[in-house]
Amino acid sequence: MTGLRYVYAVCRPFGTPLQAQLTGIGGAPPALLHHHGLVAVVSTVPAADFSEEALKARLEDLDWLAATARAHEGVIDALTTVTTPLPLRLATVFRDDSAVRMMIEAREDHFRQLLDRLGGRVEWGVKVYLEAEPAEATPAPAAKPASGRDYLRSRRAQSHALEEKWQRAEQFARSLHERLTERAEDFRMHRPQNAELSGAAGRNVMNAAYLVPRKRSEEFVELVDRTKDEAPGIRVELTGPWAAYSFTGETAGETAGEAAGEAAGETAGKAAGETVGETAGATVENAGEGR
Amino acid sequence: MTVVERREVALVDLLDRLLAGGVVITGDITLRIADVDLVRIDLNALISSVNQQVPSPFEEPA
Repeated sequence: MTGLRYVYAVCRPFGTPLQAQLTGIGGAPPALLHHHGLVAVVSTVPAADFSEEALKARLEDLDWLAATARAHEGVIDALTTVTTPLPLRLATVFRDDSAVRMMIEAREDHFRQLLDRLGGRVEWGVKVYLEAEPAEATPAPAAKPASGRDYLRSRRAQSHALEEKWQRAEQFARSLHERLTERAEDFRMHRPQNAELSGAAGRNVMNAAYLVPRKRSEEFVELVDRTKDEAPGIRVELTGPWAAYSFTGETAGETAGEAAGEAAGETAGKAAGETVGETAGATVENAGEGR
Repeated sequence: MTVVERREVALVDLLDRLLAGGVVITGDITLRIADVDLVRIDLNALISSVNQQVPSPFEEPA
């Protein structure tokens, strides 16, 4: 078979079959690869997209990245309806099934530990924004400042007001976080999102993920919902339930350094030479429907 | 304050998780074409092309 094996997730064996029409990256149907009492969820992707060099270019292409990320999420989402998947990082690719099996063998204990820890749990995302109020809090500036001193005074008042708003938002975020951690088993702080990337209004003060047992999810969501009228000028956004992407280990940069050195070049030639005639049309349906 | 629950998953939220979360497998000696570092480097490039001011979303490799 030409093409490479893309691994979405590792799970424990589950009885319920996946939806028949489920498609993964490039429209390929995901398959289950059973090995050592674990299941890798895989599909075939074109080497033309996922060879080292191609991938480098592809990741610069926001449309391709979006379609790939959504297809990955679509498969993970489908898995969460039948089991607790352990999602892998985007674009984890192997040459063939036997390489996937070797990977499972090398990491099966770790996978089992993680699956034990995450079983029956989901991730909720909570973001706090300071709303941009168009200069409403500051007194309407006099049509023309009477003097330079008046001007400076009003500038100072403005920046003071902004500072206060920031502090209020941070305080609110802290207290919300405290209450949420009481209902959650774990949390991760993601970096606040940049408004230009997210397109969201206001300024992102907190971008957190919480690991919550399914059974307590309703309670958790209600708690977020109850904060509705607590603070003016602050917006809270809830996303989820997600598979527990943010809780798959303290792996931020785990072995990144050494891997970077080794990986460079070694396989690039091989992979590039092995071209695949056709690239499956990139009509990836948006399966990431938030459930 | 308003609480918003979005139906459609925003791409940034997805990328927070798919590029900074998920199990990182770097140990495969057979093939490392999809090394995590590529993802890290290229997302940085992507983000800095949008806005030079944005700090790296990931830690520098040690």
